[in-house]
Amino acid sequence: MKFIRNTFDTYKPLFDKGGKLEKFAPGFNAFDTLVFVPNHTTKQGAHIRDGVDLKRVMVTVIFAMVPAMIFGMWNIGYQHFSQLGEAGTFIEFLIYGSIKFLPMVAVSYGVGLGIEFAFGIFRGHDINEGYLVSGLLIPLIMPIDLPLWMLGVSVAFAVLIGKEAFGGTGMNILNPALVARAFAFFSYAPYMSGDKVWVADASTVDAISGETILGTLAANNDVSYSVLDMFLGYIPGSVGETSVLMILIGAAFLLFTGIASWRIMLGGVIGASLMGLIFNALALNELMNFPWWQHLLVGSFAFAIVFMATDPVSGAQTDKGKWIYGFLIGLLGIMIRVFNGAYPEGFMMAILLMNVFAPTIDHYIVEGNIKRRKKRLNNNLETA
Amino acid sequence: MAEEKEALFSKQNRALLSDPLNDNNPISVQVLGICSALAITVQLKPALVMSIAVLFVIIASNVIVSLIRNLIPSRIRIIVQLLIVASLVILVDQVLKAYAYDVSKELSVFVGLIITNCIVMGRLEAFALANGPWKSFLDGVGNGAGYAFILVLIAFFRELLGSGKLMGFEILGHKAKTLAESTGLYAMGYENNGFMLLSPMALITVGIIIWVQRSKNRKLIEN
Repeated sequence: MKFIRNTFDTYKPLFDKGGKLEKFAPGFNAFDTLVFVPNHTTKQGAHIRDGVDLKRVMVTVIFAMVPAMIFGMWNIGYQHFSQLGEAGTFIEFLIYGSIKFLPMVAVSYGVGLGIEFAFGIFRGHDINEGYLVSGLLIPLIMPIDLPLWMLGVSVAFAVLIGKEAFGGTGMNILNPALVARAFAFFSYAPYMSGDKVWVADASTVDAISGETILGTLAANNDVSYSVLDMFLGYIPGSVGETSVLMILIGAAFLLFTGIASWRIMLGGVIGASLMGLIFNALALNELMNFPWWQHLLVGSFAFAIVFMATDPVSGAQTDKGKWIYGFLIGLLGIMIRVFNGAYPEGFMMAILLMNVFAPTIDHYIVEGNIKRRKKRLNNNLETA
Repeated sequence: MAEEKEALFSKQNRALLSDPLNDNNPISVQVLGICSALAITVQLKPALVMSIAVLFVIIASNVIVSLIRNLIPSRIRIIVQLLIVASLVILVDQVLKAYAYDVSKELSVFVGLIITNCIVMGRLEAFALANGPWKSFLDGVGNGAGYAFILVLIAFFRELLGSGKLMGFEILGHKAKTLAESTGLYAMGYENNGFMLLSPMALITVGIIIWVQRSKNRKLIEN
């Protein structure tokens, strides 16, 4: 440890003000703070400092994603081998999955962090950990067969337009990971939906039933998976989204550490259930007939509501606002899913839409609060 | 009159031409005429034709209004201006229908909508009504060119990235049904970006142009 610290200290003067490599200080600082906890102390004024800084928050979210990620890698192998009619062991599934999945992570981090570093150096601001979570989220919400260069283009778009154009981490209106997915979805539609993209290397065989459950339903066909399969995640889908169980473990971790908002999650579940119940009552086609509680198990609902909707930057900030925000995401997500068979991933759209409205929701909550307190003050003055 | 003595291309007059190209671009700085910039920029050819049409209408209406500016009662000036612009647009529409029927069909209603193009009315109100015909002509050329420049730029990127063509030529290679039959970039697995064909991406392209322009031209940054 001492050795690493010393190495950093030796080279630090180069990057300080007036040093030779002053321009690259943001890059140096990023590595420094990645390895060591920064030893900043409060210098003036009275401020509360908390051990939970941005870095700690981001790392916690990454830990929460690990179960879903590991399961996702196993499921890549499982889907591949079972759809191609081959046998395989647990380890074989996992190895195959990681061979397929890790390059996606590498591309996502490589492109995304590359752009962040470039912007940090050009603009002279410090690089922070904001991208660490997005960079892992993006491969988790993409189909495994997406060509890597398409992933790279989507990541570049998300970081440039979704984030840096607004001023970097903490300033973005939309969730960058969802921007990447939406970009890929509209740009390269044949690679983002259909029955082949969810199973790795499926394009080499002709007959395959790799359709997602929502895709099957939209085509008015019967679902061949049991409810337990849906819950445990033995189904085709984007890498991280299939296993509700693993996502719930992550959710429990996020809620226990207080990083994610339970109001958004609960609001989302209520909204989605309500919309599902309404559609069940109407029951006009297969998608509407699909039991409301199973809607919560398939597609991206669980992953989106736990990891995407709870993004503290792009979501609502006020407590009441979080309820409304979460509720509407659930409601709209199921609505888009059922009404528009071409967009089975309703939650991507729903969250992006609500991201845009989150500041409006907050504004009215805050205004309402001010009005109420003014009224109370006036009443008190009158009675006094 | 004093302005008659001024040289044809005095510094002031040259600024009339060059300002709208960068510092005072009608699309990227004044953010006018966005609707047509989104609607007809999927391909380069219609964008070019549209640019020429708008250029013609701006120049002609600017000069005509400037010539009769002292005769127009200010109360009915909008009606007079509209009449002039509308006649010019009908003229353009008929010429397009006669000589470039395909493009005219592609542009469809947007040729007629030049009437409502804020840039045309804006220049008449802001410039032609108060300046002589030569200056108004230069102003029309400048603003028309500024509009055309951005339009063609957007259309260039949208057609190149969205359908892999420029002016209808497949410059990135031919995309066949299978990878083996494709040529050029497509043989390496390249795919067209379908998002580029949708209007939201045109708006984002305008945004990127504004971003690049502002980071190059510090004058434009307001606090």
